[in-house]
Amino acid sequence: MRNRLFVILSVLVIVSMALSACEAAPAAFTCEDAIGCVTVGADEPIHIAYLLVVSGANETLGIDSRNGIEIAITDNGQVLGHDILLTGEDGGCSAEGGQAAGTKLAADTSIVAVIGTSCSSEARVAIPLLSAAGFSIISPSNTAPDLTAAGNENNHPGYLRTAHNDTVQGAAAADFAYNSLGVRTAATIHDGSIYADKLQEVFAEQFQVLGGTITTQEAVSIGQTDMSPVLTSIASGSPELIYFPIFLPEGGFIIRQARDTAGLEETYLMGADGLFSPDVVEAAGAAVEGFMVSSPDFTQFGSAYASEFVPAYEARYGQTPISIFHAHAYDAAMIFFYAIEQVAIQDEDGTLHIGRQALRDALYGLENFQGLTGNLTCSDTGDCADPRIAAYEYHADTYPPEKIWP
Amino acid sequence: MLRTFRQRITPTDVIIWLIGLVIAVVVVYGSIVTLSKGRYDLENWVDLTISGLAIGGVYALIALGYTVVYGILRMINFAHSEVFMSGPFTAVFLADALNRSGFLNRQPVISLILITALSMFVSMCIALLLERVAYRPLRNAPRLVPLITAIGASFFLQYTFRGLYGSGIRAYPDIAALAGDLNWGPIHIQRTQLVVIIGSLVMMLILFGIVQLTKVGKAMRAVSEDKEVSALMGIDVDRIIVITFALGGASAGAAGILYALLFPVVNFFMGFFPGLKAFTAAVLGGIGSVPGAFVGAMVLGLLESLGPDLFLGGLGIQSPHQLKDAIAFAILVFILIFRPTGILGEKISDKA
Repeated sequence: MRNRLFVILSVLVIVSMALSACEAAPAAFTCEDAIGCVTVGADEPIHIAYLLVVSGANETLGIDSRNGIEIAITDNGQVLGHDILLTGEDGGCSAEGGQAAGTKLAADTSIVAVIGTSCSSEARVAIPLLSAAGFSIISPSNTAPDLTAAGNENNHPGYLRTAHNDTVQGAAAADFAYNSLGVRTAATIHDGSIYADKLQEVFAEQFQVLGGTITTQEAVSIGQTDMSPVLTSIASGSPELIYFPIFLPEGGFIIRQARDTAGLEETYLMGADGLFSPDVVEAAGAAVEGFMVSSPDFTQFGSAYASEFVPAYEARYGQTPISIFHAHAYDAAMIFFYAIEQVAIQDEDGTLHIGRQALRDALYGLENFQGLTGNLTCSDTGDCADPRIAAYEYHADTYPPEKIWP
Repeated sequence: MLRTFRQRITPTDVIIWLIGLVIAVVVVYGSIVTLSKGRYDLENWVDLTISGLAIGGVYALIALGYTVVYGILRMINFAHSEVFMSGPFTAVFLADALNRSGFLNRQPVISLILITALSMFVSMCIALLLERVAYRPLRNAPRLVPLITAIGASFFLQYTFRGLYGSGIRAYPDIAALAGDLNWGPIHIQRTQLVVIIGSLVMMLILFGIVQLTKVGKAMRAVSEDKEVSALMGIDVDRIIVITFALGGASAGAAGILYALLFPVVNFFMGFFPGLKAFTAAVLGGIGSVPGAFVGAMVLGLLESLGPDLFLGGLGIQSPHQLKDAIAFAILVFILIFRPTGILGEKISDKA
């Protein structure tokens, strides 16, 4: 009895295997791409992943970008008849987080493209892993110059960004400080992160080129709360402006404690896009009054930004955008959809074959793409942004801050 | 005499002494150069000292929790940094509510007492819960077991609070009565710093008084000497251990509010660094000793705020403040080389 059942079962299994093999037979596509292809079955979605900071002190930065991607997916609809599947990993805005998330994503061969990372520290370790896995990567918010510098060891194939390069932001901040505020002496503080260190370096160089003097280049450590020693030491050089392109919560402590430090009561305080967040108002309290940041200029974005994107964002998430790189993330996703449509080879039944190198070539060759953040053309090294930087000033209990320059 | 001396010295001792000597030379040389350059005036040094004392006071109250628990159970309660975080992270909601109703600025003293009481209560409850759930079942296990449990409990508490209150930051409201400076000649001190220094001193004295002068304190000292014999003498050891955790937790809760006065932004991860520093302070002062925790914390606070400018500034090192932890820990190594039991520590004879 038992034996007969077993025989029947095995026959059934063999027959069904044979049938399914017959079905799969017509697939005659051969991949000729240098680094392989991704095959997306007829009913399967196209898999795009994000690697952003979606928890912890800097979560608004990454969640905001993710919101931008989600809106792009809804706006764009299906790509070549396929849905988009978005999954992701939290990079924690740190090298360790980037390493863990990058390793995990690199192991998933169904991923076509990655949007990330949020922070340059994550990028430094995650991008080599993702690049080696053959993915195309677009970052909405990495701004460290060396990530797209020609010939730099940190510039990896397949990595592009819609965020501005900090050589632009640092120079704009120096220009604003020297020519608009009229300060001649400045001090800088970084936190050891790649983003902050490079940005303050560019700022300091440009500020000196313009004719200013840098009194001190100090550093704090991540997790530090007591800023009064470092501020006291900066005050001894009596700068007119302190430039600290760092993050929260350290940036918030500097804003609060600078006002209580002898000699810094009237000093201009300036940060960068890492401190453009509603949490800054919370973290710095009343001391936020007059704090300035450099950031992408939202008024220069295309008209669709204010008339369509922001209302869609508010309707979907119940609040105004919580950070600044949502539009860059939206553009990153849209560029991917556009490029995939260009390079994908479609079988009659709807199966897609996407050549990984072909996708990269299409991205590097992108010209005059009309994005939310402007007219995007990608350089050979991966800079796609159309960067226009503005200065903003915070007022107590108010978000977003007010644009004051240019 | 000389011969026995020579026999006692091993090559390791020589190397250790050399390391100590190098640290000492660097410290002295750096300080001399900095002071002779005269970049900072007296006022700057006074500012740095006061900020060091204020943060030292907070470390002292946290260190106390490590030290009393170690004194009695001979275990390091690594979850103490989360006990410290739980109080102020909870009390921020009360502070927010008081601020919105306007009570905070009408009655700042009563409000502060309420907020501190809530923070102490929450931290105490967490400490008691820890003792009951995580440590008591393991009391007779090998020493490594409660240590690992403490680390696990620390993560558990951190992420529980993250789940409860979210992973973002929350800020304490500004208290108008505590804004501004007080000036006496070259000394000007922020009101918050003054409150923190006085508050931590008072708390320390109360705790020291409890341990030295009361009957419970006497029992605590007895249990710390020998658990078995104390039990034979009619001391309820379990009760004393519970009281110890309660005291440590309450002082951590008070430390949390003082910390939040200085640095009014709280999040679920805020306990980690102060906890680590306070543990260092406890070791530096001599773990197990209450006055030792105080001395160790003050030394650590001062080293952190004065060290970078005084020692490293003179050596021409760029951005010395990034290295303040390195300095603090290098000095810790230095002190432990010459006094392995800490500044005020007594030699612990290993009876076990």
